[in-house]
Amino acid sequence: MRDLVSVAFAGNPNCGKTTLFNAYTGANLKVANWPGVTVEKKEGTMTFEGQKLNLVDLPGIYSLTSYTMEEKLSRNYVLSGEADVIVNVVDASALERNLYLTLQLIELGKPVVMALNMMDIVAARGMEIDLHRLPEMLGIPVVPVSARKRTGINILMHAVAHHIDGVNHHIEHHHASGGHMHDHHGEFAMVYSDDIEDKIDRISELLEVKYPEIENRRWYAIKYLEADGEIMEKYPLKLAGIAERSYEEEIINQRYDFIEEIIAEVLVNKSQREAATDRADRILTHRVWGLPVFAGIMAVVFFLTFAVGDWLKGYLETALDWFSGGCAEMLEGIGASQLLVSLIVDGIIAGVGGILTFLPNIVILFVALAFLEDSGYMARVAYIMDDIMSKIGLSGRAFIPMLLGFGCTVPAIMASRALENPKDRLRTIVVTPFMSCSARLPVYVLFSEMFFGKWAAAAAFSMYILGIVVAITVAKIFSLFSKKDGENTLVIELPEYKMPSSRTVYVYVSGKVKDYITKAGTVIFVASVILWALLNFGPSGMVEDMSLSFAAIIGKILAPLLVPAGLGYWQIVVALISGIAAKEVVVSSMSVLFGVGNIASAEGMSALSAILGNQGFTAVNGYSMMVFCLLYIPCAATIGVIHRETRSAKWTAIAVLIQLAAAWICAVAAFGIGSLLAF
Amino acid sequence: MKLSDGKIGEMYTVKAIDLEHKAKSHLQILGMTVGSKLEILNSKKSGTKIVKVRGTRFALGGAFADSIEVEKKGGDAR
Repeated sequence: MRDLVSVAFAGNPNCGKTTLFNAYTGANLKVANWPGVTVEKKEGTMTFEGQKLNLVDLPGIYSLTSYTMEEKLSRNYVLSGEADVIVNVVDASALERNLYLTLQLIELGKPVVMALNMMDIVAARGMEIDLHRLPEMLGIPVVPVSARKRTGINILMHAVAHHIDGVNHHIEHHHASGGHMHDHHGEFAMVYSDDIEDKIDRISELLEVKYPEIENRRWYAIKYLEADGEIMEKYPLKLAGIAERSYEEEIINQRYDFIEEIIAEVLVNKSQREAATDRADRILTHRVWGLPVFAGIMAVVFFLTFAVGDWLKGYLETALDWFSGGCAEMLEGIGASQLLVSLIVDGIIAGVGGILTFLPNIVILFVALAFLEDSGYMARVAYIMDDIMSKIGLSGRAFIPMLLGFGCTVPAIMASRALENPKDRLRTIVVTPFMSCSARLPVYVLFSEMFFGKWAAAAAFSMYILGIVVAITVAKIFSLFSKKDGENTLVIELPEYKMPSSRTVYVYVSGKVKDYITKAGTVIFVASVILWALLNFGPSGMVEDMSLSFAAIIGKILAPLLVPAGLGYWQIVVALISGIAAKEVVVSSMSVLFGVGNIASAEGMSALSAILGNQGFTAVNGYSMMVFCLLYIPCAATIGVIHRETRSAKWTAIAVLIQLAAAWICAVAAFGIGSLLAF
Repeated sequence: MKLSDGKIGEMYTVKAIDLEHKAKSHLQILGMTVGSKLEILNSKKSGTKIVKVRGTRFALGGAFADSIEVEKKGGDAR
C-alpha cells in the first residue's frame, strides 16, 4: 500500500463530475488555482479501506488538444506523473461524445476507470447500455454510478484501488484492417488506420533516440501527427518524410469511427422515447417565448432575494441590536475605557455586524444562481441572449459571466475564460463589473429604504436595470471602434436538464457564504478599524469632533469633485473611498461616520436620514449615491482579478477609468435630472 | 446547402466545414465530423441554431451555421 494515491477526476463539462467529486469530499475541499493560471483546482482527501487518497478535480474538457488552458493543464497534470489513476466521469446520456475524451485519456497511458454517470436518464428514455461489452472494447473497468443518488460510489473507489498499479489490459481485437496488420490491436483500444499507425511507429522510433526520457511515446507521436503546438515546441522533432502536414482531421474521424462501432455494440434500444429535455426546450428556447420566460425567471430570482431575504434580515437585525447593546453594557460594566467601547461597538460591531445582516439576501441569490447553473438552464441563456448580445458585439456566451456578476464580480470575471475569442473576453471583463453584485445590495437597501419609502424596492431594482444598460452601452461603444464585428461564433453545449443536486447547491452556496463571512471578518473588519482610527484621530491627536479628523481632511479635499453629483460631503467621500476595499464597507462606514449603530434597522435608518436631511442630503442625493456605488470600482478584489485575467496593467487601468467615468457621469446625470424633477 | 438554411426538425448530413483550422477542429472534436448526422432542433431569425449531433445538443452561432455545408437526408435521430 502506498502512502498517498492521487486520483484525478476527468470528464466533459456537464457530465456530473463535480457532483461526483463532492460526493466523496463534501464541502470539505481545498480550492486553489492551478499554478500560473486562474483555473480553479479542487482537491480533497479521503481514506478508502485504509488507503489514503488525494482526489483532484480536473477542469471539464472535451478533448486533450492544446487549444485551451483547461485542456493543457489537464493533460500536463496527468503526464507529469502526479496522477496515479484517472477516473473518467462519463455522461451515459451523451455517451458517444463523451467517449471521445475517454479514448484520449486511455492513450495517456495511466490506469483509467470509467464512472458511467446519469444512467437513470438513459433508463428513463428506454435505452440500455451493455455494461459487459463496453469495458471489453475499451479495456478499462466501467462502473455505473449515480452522482446525485450517490450509488456506486464505493464500487468506483474499489475499482480505483484495484487499478492503482494496473495498466489497461486485454483489449479485444476490434475492426478488421486491410493490408498488413498492426500488432497494436492487442495493446491499445484505439488503433488508427495502417497509414497513421505506420507514422506513429516511425515517430516513436525517432522519439526513443532523441528524447529517451519520454515514457509514453505513442501519445506524443499522435500529438505530432495532430500538429500539437505545445508538444512540437517542447520537443522539436524533424518529421520530414513522415508527417509534413497535420493529420488531425483524419485522427478525429477515425476516433469517431471507432466510437460509432462501440455505440453500435453497446447501446441497445436507441432512444425510442423523446428526451424530456427536448420537450422542455421547445418552450424554454422558443424563438418568441424563450426571452419572456427568462425575464420571468429572473423576476422570481430577484423577488426571492429582496422580498424573502428582507423578511429574514429583520430577525438578524433584532439579534444584532440585542448583541450590540449587550456588549456595550458588559464592556462598561467591566470598566473598559470609553475609547475601547467606542472601537468595539461603533467600529467593529457596527461595521462587521451590519454587513452580516445581509446574509439572507446573499444566500438566496446564490442558491438561485446555483440552481440555474446546475439545472442546465444557464447554457440556454447564452442561446436566448445571443441575438441581443451580438448587436453589442459580444457572443451570447458572454451573458453568463454577466449574469453571474449579479452574485459576485470576482468569479464572474473568472468565468469569462470560457470565451474563446480574446477580444470578446476582454470586453466582457470590462463590462461585467457594471452588473450589480450582491455586495452592492446593502448600499441600495440602506439608501432606498431611507429615502424612498414604499418605492424602495423599485429604486433598488432600478439599479440592476441601470447596471445592465451601462454594461450594454459600454460594450456598444467598444464595438463601434472595432470593424470585424457581427461574426456570430457561438458554440455551447446545451446539457440535459436535471434537478439540481442539493449537495452541489449546498457546496456552492456554502463556499460563497464562507467567502462573504471571511470578508466581513477580514477586509471589512480591518477597514472598519482603520476608518474608526482615521475618524477619531487628527493632526492634533485624538479628536472629539470628527470634522477635525484625518478622514475629514482627505474627504474635504476630494468633495468638490462630487458636488455636481450631489455627493460633495466629506463623509460621503470617505465612505466611497473606503468602499473600494469592499462595497459593503460603504454601509458600515456610513454607520461609523454618522455614529448610527445598527444602521440597517428601521431606527438606524430614520436616525441617519434625519442627520443627512439636516445637511441637505435628500432623496435625489440618495439616488445619485446609489448610482455612484453601482458603477464605480466594485472592490479591490475586482481590480486584482481584472489584472490577473487580462495580464495587462493597461487594460486594468482602462477598466478602472471607465468605471470611475461611468459612475461620475451617471451620478451627475441622475442628480441633475432628479433635481429638475423635484423642484 | 448551408446549415443556416436548414429547417427545424429535419435531419442533415455534414458535407464540409469551411472554417479556419482551430474552429473547425473544435467542431469536429464535438462530433461534427464530415459524414455525421445532425438534427436541427431550434432556430432563430439571426441564423443561430440548436442542433443535435451524436446525442448532444449544441447552440451554434450564425457564422458557424453559415460555414457548415450539409445535405438533407432521411435517417434516424440519435
